[in-house]
Amino acid sequence: MNEILQQLVNGLALGAVYALIAIGYTMVYGVLRFINFAHGDVFMLGSFAGFYLAPHIAKWFPLPGWGAWTVVMLLTMVICAVIGIVIELLAYRPLRNRPKLTVLITAIGVSLLIQYTCQHKAFFGASQRAFPKLLPAGNFTLGGLSFNTTQFVVLGVTLVLLAALTFIVKRTRIGMAMRAVSHNSAAASLMGISNSFIISFTFGLGSALAGAGGILYGMTYTGIEPLMGVNVGLKAFVAAVLGGIGNLPGAALGGLVLGVVESYAGGMSGISTYRDGIAFAILIIILIFKPTGLLGSKQIEKV
Amino acid sequence: MPPILKDPRLLLLIAVALAVVVGLGADQMNPYYRGVIIDIGIAIILAVSLNLINGHTGQFSLGHAGFMSVGAYVSAMITLEFQKNLGPGVLPWTFLPALVAGGTVAALTGLLVGVPSLRLKGDYLAIVTLGFGEIIRVIFQNVEAAGAASGLSGIPRLTGLTWTFVLAAFTVYVVACLVNSTYGRGFIAVHDDEVAASSMGLNPTRYKVTAFVIGAFFAGIAGGLFAHHKTSITPQVFDFMKSFEVVVMVILGGMGRTAGVILAAILLTLAPEFLRGVAEYRMIIYALLIIFLMIARPQGLFNFERKKKPLAVKP
Repeated sequence: MNEILQQLVNGLALGAVYALIAIGYTMVYGVLRFINFAHGDVFMLGSFAGFYLAPHIAKWFPLPGWGAWTVVMLLTMVICAVIGIVIELLAYRPLRNRPKLTVLITAIGVSLLIQYTCQHKAFFGASQRAFPKLLPAGNFTLGGLSFNTTQFVVLGVTLVLLAALTFIVKRTRIGMAMRAVSHNSAAASLMGISNSFIISFTFGLGSALAGAGGILYGMTYTGIEPLMGVNVGLKAFVAAVLGGIGNLPGAALGGLVLGVVESYAGGMSGISTYRDGIAFAILIIILIFKPTGLLGSKQIEKV
Repeated sequence: MPPILKDPRLLLLIAVALAVVVGLGADQMNPYYRGVIIDIGIAIILAVSLNLINGHTGQFSLGHAGFMSVGAYVSAMITLEFQKNLGPGVLPWTFLPALVAGGTVAALTGLLVGVPSLRLKGDYLAIVTLGFGEIIRVIFQNVEAAGAASGLSGIPRLTGLTWTFVLAAFTVYVVACLVNSTYGRGFIAVHDDEVAASSMGLNPTRYKVTAFVIGAFFAGIAGGLFAHHKTSITPQVFDFMKSFEVVVMVILGGMGRTAGVILAAILLTLAPEFLRGVAEYRMIIYALLIIFLMIARPQGLFNFERKKKPLAVKP
């Protein structure tokens, strides 16, 4: 029994990272209706931003420590937001109103560009790096389950960020504009909403969350490398589809479900080697039986 | 074009004869050049077969490498079995049956994948085919009989210039004749407007699945040629990048344009060879090229037709 609950805790921590990235996919899909393939690589850049920032921050704040961690986290989110906005500006904006598949191919191109540039020795190099320790290690037990500080922080940060995001989307003017653009961009622009600004903002917000996910992933798994965004990004996308693409709570739920399922599958001896295939199997089953996802609403195609 | 060259069967015959003649001189050729030319032939088969799915029928598939891997593994395992039981003498005779068997199993996989996933459209279909490609790879990584993660090695080198180009010519012939036939107009109808096609009494799903199965068959053949050319295969060779390379060939060639797609396949196979001098920047240049071309020439490099004006819709 304890074993099962322990896997649940591990799964939720992994799922929280998926959830943060999945939200970026879902938000961009909401306003632009295309899959931003480069999103997983923004997540990777977030991890590396933390990797390179930490030694510098250590000059002012003791490392590992909560002060240093907060600064690294915030700076990384800002850096990733800027990266996301720049990607949209340079690669996707010239393609506005083009066929979706053109944009999809461009997005894969951007993803490859980031991966191969980062693998070059002038940047990060292809080898795996050890993520610095940002927080003091600690273990505590709660009702027979053992948590470490990292798992606790990962879940806590995810919840806080999700709450902040929900507040922005539901309660602020800019959030209302985002929902308007996602609902009907032409009508929104007639109401005086600048579509381009909202799209940039959406990319910034989604990328900031991916950056936070990058730091949390680095803290949990300690090994980071330039290609890590590919697999995690694809799985986060699966999570977004699982929850119903375009739906924010759905993306969070999908991420957590996927994390837990993967964690259980990884623990079972017979199927653990198939672990990487499971996310795709879930994706296929969902798309065939309920293409709108767990929380998505049905859309009717007009002729 | 002189009228005598308009008969596709005659063109096929000429291409096959050319392949045989060139193949006779292959022994004198520099092995490096011969290898690159065989790579080109395999790329042509892959690109032309994917063009049937992506270009003519308009169904965006990102899983072509998955079907290629099925063909590669099945044919390689058959050849290795024959070699073990009957000795290397029979191999030239069993090569074609092994290739066809690989293609057939790939086609069956295509049917299995296509029937459920072709209900989806656009980028959803792209993602699902990508997912299937990855699942096929994960399966090969875990099957002991297929060598698991280390793959198969010691496959006899049976792929020659003749085989490659005879099969490439055959692929082009089948796809071109299929699309230009009465039946094949259905593919283009489904591509242009699915709703209109089905209201004219065509069954879009049937056309889509047919295109998928035929495309998968030739991808399997290409995989078999690939396995007997490289002599060793691992699951990692057939990853998402491989599928994407083929997709880029189809797009650069101008979706649905056979001649353009063949040119793009030649160009994109040669490009990495020319970029060997700047090997460390090769993939960066490749990625930049894709982004640039998508922004500047989304209709394809070799597509010179002017864009048709959309019909004015009166309210």
